Amino acid sequence: MTYLSVRDLTVRLKDGPALLRSVSLDVAAGEVRGLVGESGAGKSMIGKAILGILPRAVEVVSGQIVLDGVDLLALPPAARRVRVGATCALIPQDPLTALNPSRRIGPQMTDRLVDILGWTRPDATARVRDLLAEVQIADADRVLRQYPHELSGGMRQRILIASAFAAEPRLIVADEPTTALDVTVQKQILKLIAGMQARHGTALLFVTHDLGVVSKVCQSLSVLYAGKVVEDAAVRAFFAGPKHPYSAALLAATPKYTDPGAGLQPVPADVIAAVRAEVGND
Amino acid sequence: MTDLYEVKGLRLSLADMTRKPLLGPAPRLEILKGLDFTIPKGSVLGIVGGSGSGKSTLGRALVRLLEPSGGQIRFDGVDIAHLSDRELRPLRRRFQMIFQDPMSSLNPRHRVGTIIAEPLRLHGFDGVERRVLRALDHVGLPRDFARRYPHEVSGGQRQRVGIARAIALEPEFILADEIVSGLDVSSQAQVLNLLEGLVRDMGLTLAFISHDLSVVRRLCARVMVMQGGQIVENRETAAMFSDPRAQYTRDLLDAIPLPDPDQIWN
Repeated sequence: MTYLSVRDLTVRLKDGPALLRSVSLDVAAGEVRGLVGESGAGKSMIGKAILGILPRAVEVVSGQIVLDGVDLLALPPAARRVRVGATCALIPQDPLTALNPSRRIGPQMTDRLVDILGWTRPDATARVRDLLAEVQIADADRVLRQYPHELSGGMRQRILIASAFAAEPRLIVADEPTTALDVTVQKQILKLIAGMQARHGTALLFVTHDLGVVSKVCQSLSVLYAGKVVEDAAVRAFFAGPKHPYSAALLAATPKYTDPGAGLQPVPADVIAAVRAEVGND
Repeated sequence: MTDLYEVKGLRLSLADMTRKPLLGPAPRLEILKGLDFTIPKGSVLGIVGGSGSGKSTLGRALVRLLEPSGGQIRFDGVDIAHLSDRELRPLRRRFQMIFQDPMSSLNPRHRVGTIIAEPLRLHGFDGVERRVLRALDHVGLPRDFARRYPHEVSGGQRQRVGIARAIALEPEFILADEIVSGLDVSSQAQVLNLLEGLVRDMGLTLAFISHDLSVVRRLCARVMVMQGGQIVENRETAAMFSDPRAQYTRDLLDAIPLPDPDQIWN
């Protein structure tokens, strides 16, 4: 069953160029969809548009973002915030800047449950403690009293994952959640996200530039170029043979240590020219 | 093959300011714990490891941006481990560095031409303008880029400016510290191909620090794996990939997400 349906979404810089061009994609309940593309392709922008946290300089021109049957863009701002706040969450890229450096972990995790969702403080604390156990943080009581700088990058990302799942959202946007981590930690965190997503049945929109990561955690993916979806595929079909020449070139540029001859081919200029013409970017 | 670098018992410790008592000196934090290795002339050495393994600190010691607390770093026969700034100056032209983040390592107020010219002037080269243009040619950037500012060029092009600045001095050794980790795969491939060509054509010796073993496999003949300030494995790349000896190397390899849905993670 489709939980999120983005239809013909066009977003642009106010009085400037289009950043998303008629983007359409669906995420079923409990599905993990990867959003891939090079920097500037607009993959994070889609997540921001869904969550209603687009930068001030950016405006939605047209389209629909249908979440659980309701078009978010047709709602008044306050109603939209309530709806998104109750059903969606974000796992951000940089775990250090996403946490307030001057506050302890505990209140940062419980505030949203108490202030926005109306939980009691003891309930919220109990919930957060359970979640920390779920993200394999053994010493929850100590961590709740610590400040962000006292924790490693992997620990901070675990805390943000736990926070994202705290209110049992139906959809989580994960925006490059492991890009700042090294590979061994990345593996742990990806396994953790995949495991939690499966247990909680949460739909996940996974923004990444790494096709290797997509092949590990996603069931489907959308490939973006210059704000337009150029390919929408199931993961197995995609890695067996991408349909669009640009996605094929992107896959060919991805390094693969098991095969030193493969990978690291720059996207050829004629492929770039063709995809530019196709998306109408000059 | 003679060795350009010969490193023996290299130790480096820094003051741990987070545990400094109010009065008195900060305790020392041991970053590099006695490293022995060589870098033959004309070779490409990959240095890999997780964050905090000491790979960048090692790199900075090799080009003497940091002073070791013990051991030797022989560069072309001369121990540079404890040379003073003044003694180092004539040598610095010969070992150059390319930094991870081209946005913060290129002066935003200077044009690309000035950025490449500055070290040339500093080292008393003649024909600076000609050399700047030649460096741009070498890295495949149009000559009119000399008039642009760093923010006016893309990430991959900025990294080429960093490379041009380093090779303009005709160094013997280049240290490249995570120079492609901020780039998209396509620009990554372009920069790596460029570097490969330059090493071949200019007879450079290169140390390439990276956390990405796929990239290292493509570029480097030898690879050195670091963990906790020590070398856990230092071998020919092909041999290490087909038969990793250290447990940590196996963990690193196993953690790389291959673009292949059939690779199962346990």
